[in-house]
Amino acid sequence: MRHVFSVRIGPVGFRVGSDWRAPVAALRTLYAGYPTPDDGIADYNVRLSATRPWRRFIRPSVAIAGDYMLPDAAPLPLAHGLLAAEMAMNLQLALGERRFLLLHAATVERGGEAIVLTGESGAGKSTLAALLAARGWRLMGDEFALVDPETGLVHAFPRLVSLKNAAIAVVRAALPAARFGPLMAGTPKGDIRHLVPDDTAVAAMQVPARAVRLVFPRFGFAAERRTVGAGEAFVRLTQASTNYVALGERGFAAMTRFVRETPAMALDYPDADAAIAAIEAEG
Amino acid sequence: MAATRYRAPVAEGLCVAPLDDLVAIYHRASGLTHIVVAPVPELLAAMAGEWRSIEALAAAFGLADDEHAALIERLDELVAAGLVEAR
Repeated sequence: MRHVFSVRIGPVGFRVGSDWRAPVAALRTLYAGYPTPDDGIADYNVRLSATRPWRRFIRPSVAIAGDYMLPDAAPLPLAHGLLAAEMAMNLQLALGERRFLLLHAATVERGGEAIVLTGESGAGKSTLAALLAARGWRLMGDEFALVDPETGLVHAFPRLVSLKNAAIAVVRAALPAARFGPLMAGTPKGDIRHLVPDDTAVAAMQVPARAVRLVFPRFGFAAERRTVGAGEAFVRLTQASTNYVALGERGFAAMTRFVRETPAMALDYPDADAAIAAIEAEG
Repeated sequence: MAATRYRAPVAEGLCVAPLDDLVAIYHRASGLTHIVVAPVPELLAAMAGEWRSIEALAAAFGLADDEHAALIERLDELVAAGLVEAR
């Protein structure tokens, strides 16, 4: 491909190839402080290709491809090329990862202890992770928690934090000195802007942590906290894992161990301040 | 025709993990995970690797005659889930 960019995020190496310069240039700028894959060998390849050869020039739109593909993934306009790249990188990990059990979750760490926040899109994972980072927590990731089946430890995957709609202004106010990517308006997920994880998050991204608390946040409800039993946590986490089935018995063992060792709570919250206070009280 | 008999996998065929009020069971033969509650784990243990009749299972759990229908329902659910064989 014409334009190529390689990066290591946590333990995972990516190589992104693109028909266009712009998405790769954006990745290079935003991931400037990140290392390259170990020994120069990427775990996953991502391709951003023109949907038709002439579409590289006329109404350019980006098709996502790579080692692992969803056949019905819709192409995105080139203006959203950075989003396409991020989505494609996530997809490779979600479908291809076999070393770690993947949880769709944000993770923050302080003093070697990690809090894992999991929930569906819109639950507030990314926003809460960014706001906790603003309060001195280490951002380990806003999208995937990587659980090592051998040790039970959570490994970091501090990719760019994907902020949507109202969360963009909230996080900019909390982190005025942070670096952000370009605003991408009107994507299929609404307005999106990426936050670059801070130097601490990048410098420590090889350092795993023990999860001491699992939280199921839900935004837009009256404040309420409820203890979640290991059985319910197991059911919810298997639904929140993209590779649980693929890992077979290793996944079962890792998941049962994780829910037994990690106390869980459901947290409904009306605004971010209430959630942060509740999480810090638990952590 | 002989009465239906049921058989569960041998103990090594399942990985059973009690999680508070639920029990997660990994079925090694199929790679499927099942989430169950009592008395399913006890039922599976009572016929692990052995063909058992309704009467034998009912006796093992001290069930009355009018409770056999409920036991058959549970067993049929386990057959449908692939955790128990019937013949």
